[in-house]
Amino acid sequence: MLGAEVRPVTAGAGTLKDAMNEALRDWVTNVDTTYYLIGTAAGPHPYPMMVRDFQTVIGDEIRAQMQEAEGSLPDAVVACVGGGSNAIGTFYEFLDDPSVKIYGAEAGGHGIDVENGHAASMTGGRPGVLHGNRTYLLQDADGQILEGHSISAGLDYPGVGPEHSFLHDTKRVTYVPITDKEALEAFQLLHQASKASSPRSESAHGLAQVIKLAPTMGKDETIVLCLSGRGDKDVEIGRPLSRDAQ
Amino acid sequence: MSTRITDAFAACARPNRPALVTYHHGGRPRPTTTASAILKALPGAGADLIELGMPFSDPMADGPGIQAAGQRALKAGQTLTRTLAMVAEFRKTDTTTPIVLMGYYNPIYIHGVDAFIADALAAGVDGLIIVDLPPEEDDELCVPALKAGLNFIRLTTPTTDDRRLPAVLEEHLRLCLLCLDDRHHRRRDQVACRGRRGGQADQGAHRRCRSPSVSASRRPTTRRSWAAMPMVSWSARRCATLWPGSLVDGKASPGTVAAVTTLVSGLASGVRRARA
Repeated sequence: MLGAEVRPVTAGAGTLKDAMNEALRDWVTNVDTTYYLIGTAAGPHPYPMMVRDFQTVIGDEIRAQMQEAEGSLPDAVVACVGGGSNAIGTFYEFLDDPSVKIYGAEAGGHGIDVENGHAASMTGGRPGVLHGNRTYLLQDADGQILEGHSISAGLDYPGVGPEHSFLHDTKRVTYVPITDKEALEAFQLLHQASKASSPRSESAHGLAQVIKLAPTMGKDETIVLCLSGRGDKDVEIGRPLSRDAQ
Repeated sequence: MSTRITDAFAACARPNRPALVTYHHGGRPRPTTTASAILKALPGAGADLIELGMPFSDPMADGPGIQAAGQRALKAGQTLTRTLAMVAEFRKTDTTTPIVLMGYYNPIYIHGVDAFIADALAAGVDGLIIVDLPPEEDDELCVPALKAGLNFIRLTTPTTDDRRLPAVLEEHLRLCLLCLDDRHHRRRDQVACRGRRGGQADQGAHRRCRSPSVSASRRPTTRRSWAAMPMVSWSARRCATLWPGSLVDGKASPGTVAAVTTLVSGLASGVRRARA
């Protein structure tokens, strides 16, 4: 698609961290002719900063559009967090506005208590060093990185961008795990409400958090969710839902 | 500071020959028995220094051989503590062959840097090569290790340019590992020369060799480099071809240690014939 050569990575578990390992290996071997483009806000400096600075257009536009639509800042902002790119792009603009509560939805997979059964790096991990940054990682007692699990490929990463780790530690952002089941239920809700489009399964984690959050807030309060992508790649998840609807 | 490494290089410098450094992955092919037996046999087979690999789940700077070795070692239950125990066991009968641990930082970070340095020294480790800690992060491990008496060995490659090399080759470091493969054949002399001009570090040149005869026909990189480290991956297929019975279904067999010592002896005789 779009002319790129895609090389599938079968090393390890064949997930995002294995693809990153393989891309890093290729980069250091061909450094004279290669630019390494990281697709998330993680990795060695200055990548987390660069990705944040590019993605912050999301937060800029939320601020401007909320001002126009509501005449104020949102009361809460929510995004799903895998490596953390769409989330940091959404959150960064509001970090210095204490009235804006910020929530990141991590991949709770089969449940936080299921060993190696989720990808919630902050809720279920601890600080370590991988891929050029020190951040929260899912790892065993010996410092070996776990594979993790999420129904969403984009959240199936046993680490998270270092700025999120910082925001977790300073408690500016509340990171919550959302299980596969909760994400699927949210996915189904939006699919039924709007037949024209489905969210990505990743974004559905954010939506699940909105569903939990809304009842705790006032009727006049506002929540903005970053719907980080379309569900084209999650058509297998959507297919049984479409059959049910017919 | 342990002098085993400098003593080993000095012993090779006297007959003006390179040193042979062998890399062995901790926990392969079987953690407690064969891996330790191989380690014990390496000096007798001709290894002047030994690099012992610490298995890591994400060896992002290593090729398929070490990746596979690491995965199998971890699956078989190898841990950092067990790797250190291998060194301690080795030291019971060998107090002169230098051992350098090679690996990645996270397991050390989780173990605790101070605890790791103390445990490594107690086990008899002489040096560290930590692949994912660049000079900018020296305060993490390099500085405390050097203060405690552990050598800290940097990596360079032919892509380490003039701007970068000074940061890598600093005055207080004695040792530097130059990673090559056959593609870098022509550039290695330039990098080795630049390295010596830029700092006082001794260099080991690590290059991949396909068979024992290669080390005799290929000279070490330049007059200024001190060690040849042929990297021969003993994949199951190659072992089975060269030494039938050395591995059975990819696992250690009674013939494994003998196969390794035969391989290393061949390399060692080639290295000993070479002259710097």
